[in-house]
Parts: sequence; structure tokens; C-alpha cells
Amino acid sequence: MSQPVIGVLALQGDVREHLTALRSLGADPISVRRPAELAACDGLVVPGGESTTMVKLARIFELLEPLREAVRGGLPTFGTCAGMIMLADRIEDGAVGQETIGGLHITVRRNAFGRQVDSFEDDLEVDGLAAPVRAVFIRAPWVEAVADDVDVLARVAVGPAAGRIVAVRQGPLMATSFHPEVGSDDRVHGMFVDLVRSA
Amino acid sequence: MAENTPDTPLEHGTSRVKRGMAEMLKGGVIMDVVTAEQAKIAEDAGAVAVMALERVPADIRAQGGVSRMSDPDMIDSIISSVSIPVMAKARIGHFAEAQVLQSLGVDYIDESEVLTPADYTNHIDKWAFTVPFVCGATNLGEALRRITEGAAMIRSKGEAGTGDVSNAVTHMRTIRGELNRLRAMAEDELYVAAKELQAPYDLVKEVAAAGKLPVVLFTAGGIATPADAAMMMQLGAEGVFVGSGIFKSGNPAQRAEAIVKATTFHDDPDVVAKVSRGLGEAMVGINVDEIPQPHRLAERGW
Repeated sequence: MSQPVIGVLALQGDVREHLTALRSLGADPISVRRPAELAACDGLVVPGGESTTMVKLARIFELLEPLREAVRGGLPTFGTCAGMIMLADRIEDGAVGQETIGGLHITVRRNAFGRQVDSFEDDLEVDGLAAPVRAVFIRAPWVEAVADDVDVLARVAVGPAAGRIVAVRQGPLMATSFHPEVGSDDRVHGMFVDLVRSA
Repeated sequence: MAENTPDTPLEHGTSRVKRGMAEMLKGGVIMDVVTAEQAKIAEDAGAVAVMALERVPADIRAQGGVSRMSDPDMIDSIISSVSIPVMAKARIGHFAEAQVLQSLGVDYIDESEVLTPADYTNHIDKWAFTVPFVCGATNLGEALRRITEGAAMIRSKGEAGTGDVSNAVTHMRTIRGELNRLRAMAEDELYVAAKELQAPYDLVKEVAAAGKLPVVLFTAGGIATPADAAMMMQLGAEGVFVGSGIFKSGNPAQRAEAIVKATTFHDDPDVVAKVSRGLGEAMVGINVDEIPQPHRLAERGW
């Protein structure tokens, strides 16, 4: 799999940034809005955006069950921010009745850092990367709790949320609270592309 | 896992954080709401954000008078009723209204021509704020001037409160055409281009090289149907503001959801056709041509 086909869920959100990052890493990225497009993927990115909008559209356009099946079936999947919420088994502070794709054995707290005025960027050490990532957090969630099979890849270093978990991995699933697709640092995407290639 | 060193404080309100927020709204619909109940309907319909305001543009147009920032109580009630981002409008140049909105915790401020301008010379210095701003534009020069002042998102002005999409189309086509022209220019032509666009040379050069604005471009002003939204997305909008078009129509919840679906599947006429069925009455429209010049909102701001 020298050039894996990696889908980006394109119901809403910053799809283009993910497509650009994946392309620059030698993957073959495609937009995914339909079950047939999902079926063609070796890996999937669930982008940043508004999780309530994404899950609603996924349900209406009959993509939610295929997404659940794909993740259950071991499709390498990477969620950023809203994408992390979409992959989480449980949400705190979700909209009433908010569903997810699930599969990642974590509990996330939505909008955990506060409103947009509380959004921030910071240098973040990520397990597996030699130098820190400039991490951009936008109305971001954090991980409240993880199951034993989930590896914690990063925690916030400073500020009121110091110690909070913001990047995780569980087998072929990865998720970050922040947006590695915002900016020009492709290393976190690189970790995911490697994961897809080794799957 | 790796340990982080607490050597630098968190940076709030950077360009990346402000512009990034707008990136997350892409492909989505932002809906004008005047009550907490409407905000809930918008959220349930799949809106990516709501715009809290006292009167929708159609009512501002009908009732006249000076139109201002909304009551903080009303904005608070909307903020506490939904989990999606809440935007609110400040008058052009009214930096104190913007300060109030930031203190209320709104997620984005629209420095909007829909309200009565407070300053006919200067727009707000948007760099001075932590909260990001969206501003309207009718052409590329206007968009670049707003970005120079710190706007982190641009929308077409269109002609708000009319249900007539023609001005939004003109503005989007104008911006797109000017971007294409800039991209095709030789480097030594960009100096005069900057002069003609009345925008800083460095920004013009950056935009010419990138072939796009450095911030997200939405459309607004007169979008009333799923097909309107689909057309604007095909014309290059990255997302849609719907003002009066939803809550001035016969069946707001259904129309809101239909516009959300049509925005995502803007390039799939089968979906747009399907969601356009049985929506009931659209908002009553006003042809922009029939509005006397001084009452055209798009001509506010410069």
C-alpha cells in the first residue's frame, strides 16, 4: 500500500486542510459523503467542524451505520476536535441525544476549554514525535476518561487545563483535541498515514 | 507519554486561532435567530452556528429606525440554550458594542452593515480583540481592507432581508473574478493592482500567490431556498449565512434542515431537488431593484 486511499469525511468542516496534508504525505485522499466512497478507503479522517451537524448529516444520508461498521471492522481512523467527539464512545456536555460513530473507548467533554475567546495555541509534546507540535485548540474537547486499551499521546502542559488528555490512540484509531491540519506541520498526519500503511 | 514543559503561556486570539475557528464552520449554515427557541430549532436542524440578533434583516428593513447590537439578556439566553457557536452583530465602527459582545462570550462578532453604522469613516480595529470578526464585502478590495483591519472571516454582503439572491451572486462572482485576475498577473503588475484595490501591497501579493483569500469566504444576503444555497456554494462560497430566509418562511425547521442538506450536497442536484420538496412558502421577497438606493444595506461600509 504505497499510496493508501484515505478518505476525509466531507459532510461539514475543514475537509480541504486534511486533504492537503494527506496529499503532501503521499497518500491518495478522497472526500467521503456516501457509503460507496467510504468503502473505497484504506483509512479515514474525521475532520474538525461542528460535531452536531456532522452526526445529523451522517444519520440523514445513511452514512452513520456504515461508518460504525467500518470503524468496528478495523478501518484506521483519525479524528481531530469534532472528529474526536465523533469517535468517542461517550460524550459529556453534548447536545441532547447527540450520537457518535464511537469505537474509541474514551469519554470526551465537548467545548471543554470554554468558548472561542478561550481558544488557544501552544507547543505540545506528542508521544512519538521528536519535537513539540504547535497545537491549535478551537472550542476544543478534552478526554475525561480512557479505558485500559487506550494510549495517551499528549496532555496539556500549562494553564487551567494542565494535565488534561488531548491526544490518544487505540489500535488503528487516533484522535486529537487540537487541529494538526491547521498550520503547515504534517507530522501528526504522518503518524496516521504510517498507521494506515502498517494496517 | 512525553512530558510538556510549562515554559510558555497559552496564546489566545492569534490569527491562527481566529481564522481556524472559521475553517471549522466551512460547509455549514449559520442561521439568524432572535430567540432561544429559534436557536434550538436551528441547532436541531444542523446549523453550525447561530447569529443572535434582535430583529432579522427583513424586519429591520420593514420597521426602519436605528438598528443596534442586541440586548445582552437576549444574547445570554441564546448562549445558554445551545451548544453550537453563537455569533452576534455589532454596528460598523462601534468598538464599544464589540467590547460588550466579547465580554458576553460570543464566539464571533459580525461587524455588520445590516445594523446602522456607528462610524462612517472607520471600521473597528479588529486586531485589538481576542474574539474573531466576520465582515461583509462586495468586492475583493473591500474584503482585503477588512482583513487588513483584522477580520478573520469574510462574507458576501448580498442584500440582507430581501430573499433576493442576485446581489450575493454579484458579490461572489466579483470577488472570484478579481481573485482570478490577480492570480494571472505578472509580479510587476501587482503594485498598481494594490493601488486599484485600495489594499496593502503585501496582502495583495500574498493573495495573488495563493489564488484565494487568507481567510474563509462565506456568502450572505438574500439566500432563501436550498437551491440558492447550492448555487452560492457552486460559485465558490465556503459556507452560507441565512438571515430572514428561515424564520420568515412558512416552515422554519424543515426549511432550515433542507438548506443544511443542500449546502453539503450542493453539487448533487438529486439531493437538492429532494430537499426542496414540500417546504411550504419561502419568505416574501423584495426585488433589490425596487429598493431605493439609500435603503440598500450593501452600500454601507467601504
